[in-house]
Amino acid sequence: MDETVAEYIRRTVLKIPRDEIKMILQKWGFLSEAQLETINFHQIKDNISQDVVQLCEENSADIKQAAVLDIIYNNIYPNKRIWSVYQMNKTGEETEFFDLTDFKKKFKRLLRSALKNVTINFREYEDNAIWIRIAWGTPYTKPNQYKTSYVVYHSQTPYVFISASVLRSNLPLLCQALVVASNYQDIREMELRSHSLNSLKDIVFKRYSQNFQTYCPRPLTERNVAPETVDLRIIQENRNEKERIQRLNREVFGDGPQPKIEFAQYKLETMFKSDPKMDVLDKKEPFRCLVKFSSPHLLESLKSLAPAGMADAPLSPLLTCIPQKARNYFKIREKKGFLPGSFVSP
Amino acid sequence: HLTTSLPLPSERDHLRPRIDMIVFMIDIKSKCSLKNVEASLAHVDASFFLGKVCFLVTGVGRVNYCSVDMNAIWKLGEAYCSPVLFCELELEGVRVATAQRLLRMLQICAGHIPGVSALSFGTLMRSSADD
Repeated sequence: MDETVAEYIRRTVLKIPRDEIKMILQKWGFLSEAQLETINFHQIKDNISQDVVQLCEENSADIKQAAVLDIIYNNIYPNKRIWSVYQMNKTGEETEFFDLTDFKKKFKRLLRSALKNVTINFREYEDNAIWIRIAWGTPYTKPNQYKTSYVVYHSQTPYVFISASVLRSNLPLLCQALVVASNYQDIREMELRSHSLNSLKDIVFKRYSQNFQTYCPRPLTERNVAPETVDLRIIQENRNEKERIQRLNREVFGDGPQPKIEFAQYKLETMFKSDPKMDVLDKKEPFRCLVKFSSPHLLESLKSLAPAGMADAPLSPLLTCIPQKARNYFKIREKKGFLPGSFVSP
Repeated sequence: HLTTSLPLPSERDHLRPRIDMIVFMIDIKSKCSLKNVEASLAHVDASFFLGKVCFLVTGVGRVNYCSVDMNAIWKLGEAYCSPVLFCELELEGVRVATAQRLLRMLQICAGHIPGVSALSFGTLMRSSADD
């Protein structure tokens, strides 16, 4: 077995939390149950990985099997990478039958014709997701297995989730290959990025709980009264205001959990409005400024701003439109009647 | 009575009993909290500041998260002639002790302690703080 493959498998196993190693190896299926029984999964990870490499040696693993293990790892722990969302489109209504073998063949052919040294692996999952792992090389060097890009393509949808790696120069080629292989015409990057792949899927497939405008002349009495003990000696003076905030919040964010994104970025190219007497850039040229919101769970924290008294309700539509518009990177230009619709999609 | 800002909503005016003491809570982690208190102070009648107002600064346990300048708080206490108390709501012991202090002050402000008036107690607290 190639030394590089052995090292790669060893390092992949080391990334897995110790309690999950056995399960992932079983999913991998390259080592037999009998072989797995011989490994002591209670020793330190270093030793476990050595044992695994030893067994792979016996089975003569090659890079293809190692790549599959890597895909499985990334499928179970996708949140370690940043994912961007791309949308493909084509003119014409014909929904062609998706042929997986054809897709794989075309994809490989296009990539290999442009770049000889690439490792490409596919794995299909039950939710119609096709995971593609690509390790990039150059015309002169073998593919670097540690610099990989991942593509998750749901064949029934025009959406592709890509986690490119450092080598962004290969991105146009990758997009080209995807478009050709899936019989679309072009592909564009949506301004939507996050660590949480499932949340990105929730946003574009509209699987999160959306708010529906319900006409409610009188606010419904709270069905879920806070279970905390209500001390009758404490009188809340601003109960009406609190209820109004809760109602507005519920209307905007809905009742369910929010998709998990970590950033929202607003690039401002608007005019700086100041007192004309101060003569500071007043309406002379756009004031370039970047506003970035970051949080472990941005949408949940936005949802809790108004109830916590940190912001007025309703929140700015610039913040609350993120799931509906399926984007978290915005460019704001000057426009009369400033509306969220004035964004220019890049 | 708990409220997020002053003035109090007028629809409940007729239901409200006499107010004996006002405690303004400032969260040291939030500048917005200080601004809110400063804005609400303008709505308080001057007679309250004769010992019936107190500032309670919370969140002091976490030094790393201080957003509010301590000088601003001291100045506020001096400007309105009212004592400033500190506490950390997340620690039960401190919370209980602070509650007991406030309760004592409330008893004085409500006139339940014979021989001690709100004003005399207020000056007592201020002069000991100046030492």
